Amino acid sequence: MAKRVGIEVSLAVSHAVQLARAEAIAAYPITPQTHIVEHLSSLVANGDLEAEFINVESEHSAISACIGTSAAGARTYTATSSQGLALMHEILFIASAMRFPIVMTVANRALSGPLSIWNDHSDIMAARDIGWIQVFVQNGQEAFDHSIMAFKIAEHRRVLLPMIVNLDGFILSHVVEALEFADQDTVDRFLPPYSPWHQLDPKKPVTMGAFGMPEVFAEFKMKHQVTLMNSYDQIMKVWQEWGQLTGRAYHPVEHYKTDGAKILLLTMGCLSEVAEIAVDELRAAGQPVGLLKLRLWRPFPFAALREAVYGAELVIVCDRALSVGGAGGPVLSEVRSVLYPVVPHPKVLGYVIGLGGRDVPPEAFKEIFFQAQAEAEQEPSEEFYMYGVRG
Amino acid sequence: MTKPLEDFTWQEIELGGILREPGSARDYKVGDWKSQHPVWTKSHCIRCGVCWTVCPEGAIIEEEGGYFDVNLDYCKGCGICARECVIGCISMVTEEE
Repeated sequence: MAKRVGIEVSLAVSHAVQLARAEAIAAYPITPQTHIVEHLSSLVANGDLEAEFINVESEHSAISACIGTSAAGARTYTATSSQGLALMHEILFIASAMRFPIVMTVANRALSGPLSIWNDHSDIMAARDIGWIQVFVQNGQEAFDHSIMAFKIAEHRRVLLPMIVNLDGFILSHVVEALEFADQDTVDRFLPPYSPWHQLDPKKPVTMGAFGMPEVFAEFKMKHQVTLMNSYDQIMKVWQEWGQLTGRAYHPVEHYKTDGAKILLLTMGCLSEVAEIAVDELRAAGQPVGLLKLRLWRPFPFAALREAVYGAELVIVCDRALSVGGAGGPVLSEVRSVLYPVVPHPKVLGYVIGLGGRDVPPEAFKEIFFQAQAEAEQEPSEEFYMYGVRG
Repeated sequence: MTKPLEDFTWQEIELGGILREPGSARDYKVGDWKSQHPVWTKSHCIRCGVCWTVCPEGAIIEEEGGYFDVNLDYCKGCGICARECVIGCISMVTEEE
């Protein structure tokens, strides 16, 4: 049994990166991700982590430097939030197209404006289509575990794609939790040194980042699409292996009290733990409710989600981001679209909640549950609902 | 290049789009982009080689006797050679259909 320690989640992520023996880190501090890279910077400065820590003047440079170090064959890590992720935007697509297994933590934070440093998922949802593997975690232990597993998934020869671990800014990044650390021996056995498939080498020069002419651009994208979808198998293998080592198993769609549930709440990230409390109370009151927690966002777990809703009559998707002028939240649009071919498919209603750091207590989920139940019995009055907005 | 680009299937695309073969840009004939091309008045040319030096495409070739001409497969018609020619013996001629 590994030791349990009380630690701020940001620092736990830094230690996970240290245990994973990251060799190159380039990052720019931005709230609420700052503690992660600040701590990594001291680990490197104090000689506790043998890595190149590259100070850069922006996130655009941070991710560009990461592409450079990854191209040179180094295990590479970075972290950011909100505006920082937005500033990285154009390079994120290039990192995945060039197949560099960079691991990044995104401490999710609202995108301005109005200016906000608090949590929601609008930063990552705006970067939904960057072609990276993306997971969401709901507590410190998951943040720690997934930060280590991400390297093993990303660097696998059949994957070679960058990966983002999403954790909610402040709500998760800044809390102190008791969590189980893995020791260095265990991590070393689990995660061998990175052996790049392609790298910069003066003895064997290659061209990286060349033009994709119209004759091959779509074929290139197809290869990216198939590779990202196929990474699913490797993700499952790595999660299973970690489960055997630590006793903590992870699934693309996590179930909570879904047996016999006719109504399912669906959440991502930290909202899930709060929703569990609401489900406990509703179940105690005899309501046929359960909770689905979407952990794997890319590749989207099509089959796992379709299987998970089997027998349900209503799925209530809780989005922590708003697609202004669109179909509600990004998770709602995708879940609806994925469930449409299921026969008979459950009704899918969407609620946008917890924007810009708005607190979401368990009562909110209970209120949403009753409201959605009533809406589902008639023709829904809205395309989606903005929960808790005054006026 | 082993075969024309339009014959590659998605399975055959190199991982990350890297090119292992040096000099592959030679396969891209960019000459058909141009709307004009340089013509030398040989009798005025002093064979200094400035045009050869400044051509961004390396499309100017030295001929027998030290005179210069252009490889139309790679000339994009930018006109830098004509502008920089010391004695002005290069003129840019518009392409015709």
